[in-house]
Amino acid sequence: MAVNTGGVRREARTMMTRRSVRGDAQVPWLLRAVSCLDLTTLAGDDTPGTIARLCAKAKEPIRKDILKALGFEDLKIQVGAVCVYPDRVSDCKHFIGDSAIPIAAVATGFPAGQIKHEHKLEEIRQAVADGASEIDIVIPRKLALAGEWDQLLRELQDFRKACGHAHMKTILATGELGELTRIYKASMVCMEAGADFIKTSTGKEKENANLEVSLVMCRAIRDHYQRSGIRVGFKPAGGIRTAKQALQYLVLIKETLGDEWLDPSLLRLGASTLLTDIERQLFHSAFGCYPSACEMPMP
Amino acid sequence: MEALRLDYGEAKEKVEEEMKWLERHARKFGTFVGGEFRFSPSPAFAPSVDPCTEEVLAECEQAGKEEVDQAVAAAAEAFKSWSALTGHERAKYLYAIARSMQRHHKLLAGIESLDNGKTIRESKNIDVPLAVRHFYHHAGWAQLQEQEFAGYRPLGVVACIIPWNFPLLMLSWKLAPALAMGNTVVLKPAPSTRLSAFLFCDILKEIGLPPGVVNVITGDNEMASYLVAHPAISKVAFTGSTSVGKQIRKQLAGRDVKLTMELGGKSAMIVLQDADLDACVEGCVDSIFMNQGQVCCAGSRLLVQEGVKDKLVTKLKERIERLRMGNSLDKNADMAAINNANQLRTISTFVDEGRKEGGEIFQSNLSFNPSKGYFFKPTLILGLQTCSSLSQDEIFGPVLVLHTFRTPEEACLLANNVRYGLAASIWTEKTCVAMEMAKKIRAGVVWINSHNVFDAAAGFGGCKESGFGREGGKEGIFEYLLPAWKGKVKQGKAERRDDGQEQGVGSNSKMSVSSEEFAQVDRTNKLFVGGKQVRSDSGLSVPVLSHNKELIGHVCNGSRKDIRDAVEAASSALSSWAAKPGHSRAQILYYLAENVSARARELEQRIMTMTGCSALEAKEEVNVSISRIFSFAAYADKYGGSVQETTLDGTVMAMHEAVGVVGIVCPSSHPLLSLMSLLAAALSRGNAVVIIPSERHPMIAADLYQILETSDVPPGVVNVVTGSKQPLALVLAEHRAVDSLWFFGSKDSIAKVESASADSMKRLFVEEESSRDWFTSTQETTLELLQAATHVKNVWIPHEM
Repeated sequence: MAVNTGGVRREARTMMTRRSVRGDAQVPWLLRAVSCLDLTTLAGDDTPGTIARLCAKAKEPIRKDILKALGFEDLKIQVGAVCVYPDRVSDCKHFIGDSAIPIAAVATGFPAGQIKHEHKLEEIRQAVADGASEIDIVIPRKLALAGEWDQLLRELQDFRKACGHAHMKTILATGELGELTRIYKASMVCMEAGADFIKTSTGKEKENANLEVSLVMCRAIRDHYQRSGIRVGFKPAGGIRTAKQALQYLVLIKETLGDEWLDPSLLRLGASTLLTDIERQLFHSAFGCYPSACEMPMP
Repeated sequence: MEALRLDYGEAKEKVEEEMKWLERHARKFGTFVGGEFRFSPSPAFAPSVDPCTEEVLAECEQAGKEEVDQAVAAAAEAFKSWSALTGHERAKYLYAIARSMQRHHKLLAGIESLDNGKTIRESKNIDVPLAVRHFYHHAGWAQLQEQEFAGYRPLGVVACIIPWNFPLLMLSWKLAPALAMGNTVVLKPAPSTRLSAFLFCDILKEIGLPPGVVNVITGDNEMASYLVAHPAISKVAFTGSTSVGKQIRKQLAGRDVKLTMELGGKSAMIVLQDADLDACVEGCVDSIFMNQGQVCCAGSRLLVQEGVKDKLVTKLKERIERLRMGNSLDKNADMAAINNANQLRTISTFVDEGRKEGGEIFQSNLSFNPSKGYFFKPTLILGLQTCSSLSQDEIFGPVLVLHTFRTPEEACLLANNVRYGLAASIWTEKTCVAMEMAKKIRAGVVWINSHNVFDAAAGFGGCKESGFGREGGKEGIFEYLLPAWKGKVKQGKAERRDDGQEQGVGSNSKMSVSSEEFAQVDRTNKLFVGGKQVRSDSGLSVPVLSHNKELIGHVCNGSRKDIRDAVEAASSALSSWAAKPGHSRAQILYYLAENVSARARELEQRIMTMTGCSALEAKEEVNVSISRIFSFAAYADKYGGSVQETTLDGTVMAMHEAVGVVGIVCPSSHPLLSLMSLLAAALSRGNAVVIIPSERHPMIAADLYQILETSDVPPGVVNVVTGSKQPLALVLAEHRAVDSLWFFGSKDSIAKVESASADSMKRLFVEEESSRDWFTSTQETTLELLQAATHVKNVWIPHEM
């Protein structure tokens, strides 16, 4: 199986010219994007204080008056998950309380994955024990780059076991895999190993999520589904900052995988600043004028 | 020994004199118009209630339209002679008012505490002395009027609408500058606090202020709305809620009534980890529990650096337990009553909401439980985050919401993360850190190691939804003046050509242009956004015609989204541009002038083709434009602010900061000169701009793209969107991230822009097209643009050796 790069580029580019969501039609799309959002903070200076703020924003991602003006005040809108480093999981647990928002932890030596395999397994187990119900693991890139697919499969299966009841989201770090064919193959191995989601990037690579790799990964998900009947989710992450970009990903997924995938159980958008921009666009739909960023409560 | 109980006992202020004064008026007040107390033929009354006891103190008339008409007429009549007095004559009256208020200090304080519910300690030590000081200070400005404000004139009749939290002080903040500069006043006190205004009228009678100079009428909202819209009113000075402020602004759109808006706030008190925490705790008492938190600049958000949060909370809780509540006349009371039952309900609703949202509510175990009166215990709320309404909306009560931050940078972000921009305080021993934070916080007032300190010599006021205009200081004086040339018929070049329909055409203008144009490669005029020439989102172009209706090219027909993108670009360029030293901004402006000069011939041709003026006139326009850019380049490092001489033992600096993102909608007269004057003024003071060139002459802006690109103007600092002027201007007017809009257009379009700007409370600088002679440059015209381009922030630094 080989991926034709030129074809993918063309398809990714023209898809956006063939479909358009504008004006008030954007509102349900943007609200859905919010409910699929993995509200993320992965920084060295994360503290319990900032996690508290993030969790509060996760519970109330859009200002009440905006939702009210749009007629969606009864929609109990929350983000898809909060995503943090393993050491912050217990803070999340404390601040998320009983609001049923899943806690996702990155693990396996995120972002580079350059630690011993046993340590990776231990990291996963500890995060699950602390309360994470989703684990975003990074794949060992060296195995993918060397084409050692069997070894990659075995290691991922170990991760799968360590996750236990928690969902496993596998980060391909596509920006470090070099070519689209390799991305396709790595996607397939991840799904074979039992991944619940495949995810593009850590947000720390030079090249993060883009429409081309997303298209390739979504096609892999489609192929895998057609073969096995199992629906695997997709999570583009890194570099998604604007509402417009979010809409593009939603369009791409709708066109490639269908409406079923436009749901938090099968789609997550990994982002930290995207929410503020979506909130601003919704403000515009609600009140007919453009807001200033400082009016949106910061996460 | 145990028999000796050291209680404070009762220490109640005696109010016999206050009662006598009320009795003298038979506990009934009508209006004060034309220098005398009056009642209408069949008056309707509303009670004035003591908020601590709910007892009725007196009754005040609910005046109607007729009384408003009489009051305005009396003020208009008095304006003729009052404005004609010399500054010195008026200074003597203001001085007499101050002296008399001092003589009746105790009476004023007593009435204020009875009527408002605030502690006698505050009204005696804060409200009345500040009010007195305001009249003294402004007596001085009246004295200096002829020297300091020679090119200016008073406005006329000013309607003053004041709130109930500081009735006498707000009266003074408005009346002192208004009267000093020769205006006359109709004052409407708040419905629940009217008495001190009438006592003040007694003082005016005592000192013999000429009849009609100050008129007081009381009534309901309908009456207030009739007053502000009265055709004889030249200015409305309003202090109150943001929502009422917006209504007034919409009501007065297009009416050419000058406005001051002192509105709500959600100010931050920021505690860095090195601060003296005991001092901070006392600071909290001053900042949020003063006047029961009913202070527009109250520090209602306590932002604490993470490392010292627990320690501060422990200390604060302990201090709150020791706060004493009592009757407003109890000299031992730290706090007394909320002013009215409505406000008490509002506060309770907010706190209930906070509880529902999972906030940890801490209130003291005070044993003070009177059966009557509108009391609310001091309250600290922990565990709420930025998205809580208690962290975003003004509560206007003794309710403090706590948040934590990691770094000073983050503290500034949090401080700015609200709709309001009134005040902030910074608590640290590192004044150098505090000063940088003070610059980054968007507010009109910043206190260091203190909160709620005021003085007549320093302007008070805010930005964003906290309003605009300043009260106090020299900056506050300009709120009650107009440049003398304004409102008078302009003569000179502005009228001569090119407003309205084209007139006679310079005969030699056309031929040289056409021959050059044919030689040129076809040029596409795009938009200029974020330092790049970009196509419009609309994908449409509109033809541009010369003065004699020949096609001279096309420009992009910019859309709503282009404005959005331009504002976005300006917003991100703003902070580094504003932070550049004035010297660097000057260098760039001089370079801009240099490049305009290098292309002078081309620009002259363009002006001739567009406007049909003569070659000589075009040459002059270019030359004056260059000189204008030079002037504002010169001012880039010569308008930084001043040191205010307040009563504080310390330094108070009035810093002239950039307003922010400024939208400039250009007039069509003298397209190059008017655009350059406005642009250079805005850039000089560090603003980032979005320009909508005049619809008739957009080519001149398009010609500037290359000049801007080669003049080292950083990307995003200047953005140009061509297209249909009115709809684009309205998008700018409504855009919340546009801090000020400068608009030149017809009377009708000004009304639309003013109305559209009301919700975002942005500052406006509007003028009817062709009312200005762009060639003239005087001290007043220059100062006017510099004032429009700056925002005054007063930073208070106590001395602590």
